[in-house]
Amino acid sequence: MFSLQNEETVVAEEIIEEELQPTDLEDAVDEPHRIIPAIEFRDVHLSFDDNKILDGVSFTVRRGETKVILGRSGGGKSTTIRLVLGLLKPDSGQILIDGEDITNYSEIEMMKVREKIGMVFQEGALFDSLSVYDNVAYRLHEQGIDETEVETEVRRMLKFVDLEDAIDKMPDELSGGMRRRVGIARALVGDPQIIMFDEPTAGLDPPTARTICELAIKLRDLEDVSSIFVTHEMKNVEYLSSEYATVNENGEVIFEMEGEKLCLINTEIVMFKEGKVIFSGKNEEFRATKDPYILKFVRGK
Amino acid sequence: MNLLKKFLFELQEITNLIIAAFFGLFRSPRYFSETIRQMDLIGVGSLPIVLLTGFFTGGVLILQTYPTLEYYSLQDQAGKSVATSIIRELGPVLSALMVSGRIGSAISAELGSMVVSQQIDAMRALGTDPNRKLVAPRIIALMFMLPLLTVAADIFGIVGGGIVASGVFSLDYNSYITSVRFGITTQDLIGGIIKPLFFGLIIGSVSCHKGLSTTGGTVGVGRSTTNSVVLSSIVVIIFDFFLSRAINSIFDIKTI
Repeated sequence: MFSLQNEETVVAEEIIEEELQPTDLEDAVDEPHRIIPAIEFRDVHLSFDDNKILDGVSFTVRRGETKVILGRSGGGKSTTIRLVLGLLKPDSGQILIDGEDITNYSEIEMMKVREKIGMVFQEGALFDSLSVYDNVAYRLHEQGIDETEVETEVRRMLKFVDLEDAIDKMPDELSGGMRRRVGIARALVGDPQIIMFDEPTAGLDPPTARTICELAIKLRDLEDVSSIFVTHEMKNVEYLSSEYATVNENGEVIFEMEGEKLCLINTEIVMFKEGKVIFSGKNEEFRATKDPYILKFVRGK
Repeated sequence: MNLLKKFLFELQEITNLIIAAFFGLFRSPRYFSETIRQMDLIGVGSLPIVLLTGFFTGGVLILQTYPTLEYYSLQDQAGKSVATSIIRELGPVLSALMVSGRIGSAISAELGSMVVSQQIDAMRALGTDPNRKLVAPRIIALMFMLPLLTVAADIFGIVGGGIVASGVFSLDYNSYITSVRFGITTQDLIGGIIKPLFFGLIIGSVSCHKGLSTTGGTVGVGRSTTNSVVLSSIVVIIFDFFLSRAINSIFDIKTI
């Protein structure tokens, strides 16, 4: 299930923007399930005491799409991810995962939904008492999978994040970037089709941050994974919305810039301000906006 | 009013935690090995401090009461006075307080750290219910091990009393043993076992609740650890009074 797709799949996602609409009829006929968004927020409100965290938030994440959520700290970005996982419940509104309304699901019902969602936490959130192997194998151990199968899967995931050598290490022996990558490997176990990234590059040096973004791009373009990427770093937005992953003739994954003949349509930006969505659209539109709040964010002053 | 609301809210949260952990026992996966690991940590790990506490409590009881008993020519009741005090009250309560200090704080700090480092969220995101994986094994281990620790503390307390009685006051050891044997009843022993069962539940649920409701980063972990030990110790002492009253009336134990 986690195999690399051929180039045709990637090329298909790079069709000129004008020719492709999110609910393109032909796509729908070929793969009807793609019509249903992977994640959908409908007028979601959430407050903690008198503090409004989300104020009528609505957006959708299509299949194979990455939604980059931007906004200042405390603006409701991480809360949005926690709502998707059912770690928090909204005061009103609806949250749908694969068309299934999970708003009022109990903790037991949510356990089933969480099986199809992977989550990468800000600091990795690795279990301190478990080795890298046991951290990545956690979900499989809980499901009582045979140990031989578990080991194969863990090695495959660690290879994907290029951390096979760290398999026997404990989390406190890893650098910040390695912890995030182990966190990504752990989130990918079970091949979830939806992944949440909660500021995965916060506090990392630029090359390591770039590596994390490349992993997100690989998942988007080669694995058809839908994701929400919460960040407040514009460099991440640039990587995610202007580069795509493909496989060259030697079978190696390479990253290329979108050019004049193609435009990535599978990454969109959602900008939060005080719990409200003030922008939703492509990177080009985002950078062309005249909104002073967004301009301040883009320019960093 | 605000305090009352806060108290009722905490009580509700702790009750919900116990219920969730209890019903979690009937669903798979079951965390048997984690429960055994906790039993080892709680039981074997706490044995030395509980034994020391029991031994010296027995010793000091004789040290303080023997002169009075001697004044009333009741030296032959020395064993009974120590055994009754220890088995009925001091064994269960002191063991619970020692375990609360050692284990309650550790549970609260561990779970609190997991909360602030998002490990609990990660656990839930990976499809595991923390109430079943973390709370239930700790409560069960405490409920199982605390009565055993109490029995060990009782024995060491009685032995400690005997050593001080014969060593310091030259009381005949046989007289002491006879007094202990005829002084304690089956009801005392049953009561002394029932109490730590409840104390284990109190320490486990309060510590887990305080740990899981940690907020405010590392400072919050320290705060919830302190609160956990203070609250569970106070609840143990208060609950001990009502439990003693209930046990006395159920088993018709005379308090004189």
